[in-house]
Amino acid sequence: MNLVFAIIALITLASAIAAMCLRNLVHCVLCLTVTFTGIAMTYLQLSAQFVGFSQIMVYVGAVSVLVIFALLMTRGGNELNLRDWNPRHWLIGLGTGLLTFGVMATGIFKSSLTRSAAPDSKTESVKTIGESLLNEYVLPLEALALLLTVALIGAALLAMPERKTASSPHSDRPQTKGDPTN
Amino acid sequence: MWFEDLLISLKQQIVMIAPEHFRPVFSAMLSTIPILSAFGGLFAVITLVERKMLGRIQNRYGPNRVGPGGIFQPIADGIKMLTKEDIIPFSANQFLHLIAPLLLLVTAMLGLAVIPFGHKLVAVEFEAGILFFFAIGGAAELAVFIAGWASRNKYALLGSLRAIAQMISYEIPLVLSSVAVLMAAGSLSLPEVVEAQAGGIQSWYIWTPWGFLGCILFLIATLAEVNRSPFDIPEAESELIAGHMTEYSGFKYAIFFLAEFVAMFAMCALTATLFLGGFHAPLPILDFIPGPFWLFAKLILLVLLFIWIRGTMPRLRADQLMEFAWKFMLPMSVMNLVTTGVWISLGGGVFAWVVGAVMNAGAYFGWSRLLSQSSRVKPRVYRYAEETKANV
Amino acid sequence: MIGKGILKGMVETARNMVGSFHDPERMVTVEYPEQKIPAKESARNFPMLIFDGDDWESGLRCVSCQICEKECPPQCIYIEKDTEKKPDFLGKPQFKPKVFDIDISVCMSCQICVEVCPFESIRMNREFEYAGENRFSRLILHKEDLAKSNTYYHDIHPTEATETDGVREQKRQDHLAKERAKAEKAAQAKKAAAEKAAKEEQETASK
Repeated sequence: MNLVFAIIALITLASAIAAMCLRNLVHCVLCLTVTFTGIAMTYLQLSAQFVGFSQIMVYVGAVSVLVIFALLMTRGGNELNLRDWNPRHWLIGLGTGLLTFGVMATGIFKSSLTRSAAPDSKTESVKTIGESLLNEYVLPLEALALLLTVALIGAALLAMPERKTASSPHSDRPQTKGDPTN
Repeated sequence: MWFEDLLISLKQQIVMIAPEHFRPVFSAMLSTIPILSAFGGLFAVITLVERKMLGRIQNRYGPNRVGPGGIFQPIADGIKMLTKEDIIPFSANQFLHLIAPLLLLVTAMLGLAVIPFGHKLVAVEFEAGILFFFAIGGAAELAVFIAGWASRNKYALLGSLRAIAQMISYEIPLVLSSVAVLMAAGSLSLPEVVEAQAGGIQSWYIWTPWGFLGCILFLIATLAEVNRSPFDIPEAESELIAGHMTEYSGFKYAIFFLAEFVAMFAMCALTATLFLGGFHAPLPILDFIPGPFWLFAKLILLVLLFIWIRGTMPRLRADQLMEFAWKFMLPMSVMNLVTTGVWISLGGGVFAWVVGAVMNAGAYFGWSRLLSQSSRVKPRVYRYAEETKANV
Repeated sequence: MIGKGILKGMVETARNMVGSFHDPERMVTVEYPEQKIPAKESARNFPMLIFDGDDWESGLRCVSCQICEKECPPQCIYIEKDTEKKPDFLGKPQFKPKVFDIDISVCMSCQICVEVCPFESIRMNREFEYAGENRFSRLILHKEDLAKSNTYYHDIHPTEATETDGVREQKRQDHLAKERAKAEKAAQAKKAAAEKAAKEEQETASK
């Protein structure tokens, strides 16, 4: 447990707690961005460069911006404050959080991850990630590509202007397109 | 080589001054300070060169009052910016208002850390160096949003949303054009990409068919990423005053422009590294001239090209900009990737060159023809007028 | 081709930039204050008072008739007459102005004062460099600032000055002719009176 990891963990946890507790939603999102950066720094400390930089690129660069756009488009600029909650919710939330944490901690400590030695950082290179993606994990990769394509097409469909049906008031308009003599 | 070895040995000598425990930090500072001061000085010079060159293009002199030929103009500009009153709106978020330009500057300057200036002169040697560069560039959008939102100004917010939309749209062609280079070089780390282009001007990636198209796409995407003309909607005076920078005055405004110029330098340096052979000299006999000189020469040539484009083209409208990114540049960069794959699998000789050139040229001309056909003017539809007439 | 217009535009700008160094027709910048655009002859800015000869005080044409003060639309002229009369170029004794102020923050260069002046003394100047150090300095031009010599008037408005000189010469000739006619009439009257006196003397002598 060296000093750098302690500092990074402290920043991550503090910003995650702030992201939960702050009133203004945009402040929450910005603290969440700091949390993402903290996680990326943890990855980098483990010399997982590809994952770390992808974390920054995807989460900080794209997901935060997406959340902010969603907030601003649906809520407007000024009324982004959460309503007051009562302390009973707080207790239930704490209980649920502790339960989840207990399950995950038990799972991690009982698995083989804590018993095997940490892998040498030289073996985890971008080349090995690429090779394993295209040799071992090619089916998840293609499924992921399909999923992303579906999401893109769905977004384009949602954003397209609506089509007029045959019974619309425009169908009895004289057709002037492409007919110069009319 | 002699220059790089001299610098490295000099740095190792100076690092010995610091006590044992602080040596890594001190070494990092010693790598950083020359880079930052070089690019800071370059920023000052390029602002003057830009104004004078734009003036000559527009048949007038640039600034020529301060000093002979105007060479002290950047100093005068700096003094002006420093002595302006720093106005912060009363209801603005004070902390975020301060942080936004600083965050933008930090992300712009962090990009300079992975560029190889010489044979072993990289500030930080990452294995996934180029991914670091693009990740940090992605974080710049967040700074733009914070700047617009912290000003507590609806129009600044709208301007920053438009700026973010522009930056996001052009990030994809940017990354995809560089992926073509990474495929050919076989590694994500920038010193290795430069090594793959060693040996003189004929082995630079810009002469390959995919490199040529990739370089053009990369340069256009760079123009859009740094909000420079003709994509300068966020900072033009007639567009929502100054977009996300409306409520900034004095030194913070200067920091925005410093960040924009440093980002432009970083991306031009990356272009030179990926496509123009980095710090290698064009002819092997000119190798005695140190590497950083060649990199800065290529960088300055690219910056002059940007200034030339700025003086030539009018500003693009926001929807024209987005259409250009999604309908033209994205398919072209994907096609470029396909061409790169074909070129690599055919071995890289003359046959591969011809096939690649035919594929790229066919894609370019065919796609542009298809796009210009679909945007022919259609008869005007007055949607709401027809509906109300039908309802009445 | 989708980029052809851009490339043609870039060639044009490059030609502009290279041409601006060696082609003097391209650079139309006039670097003020080292270079100035030569003004046209009829350019005008604020009024001035003309004086003849070397001494501006005695050669000043203005006789403080105050017509320009009354005719000025924004009333920017302020005149105070002198207490004693001095002779003008025709020899007639006239009042010269003691105080002649024009407020150039009010003057609108309408040239009405020039049109109504019967003594050809107030004319339009074309000097525009009246900047002062603080906000209200040099906004009122006094008699000494307004007095400009006739040679200066010939320099800036040659045709107008020659015409004015012609008018004044005509006036002097008329005045001289009138004086001569008066002198002749006086001489004739004196001769007639002398003849009459001689005739009367003769009559009283013959009685």
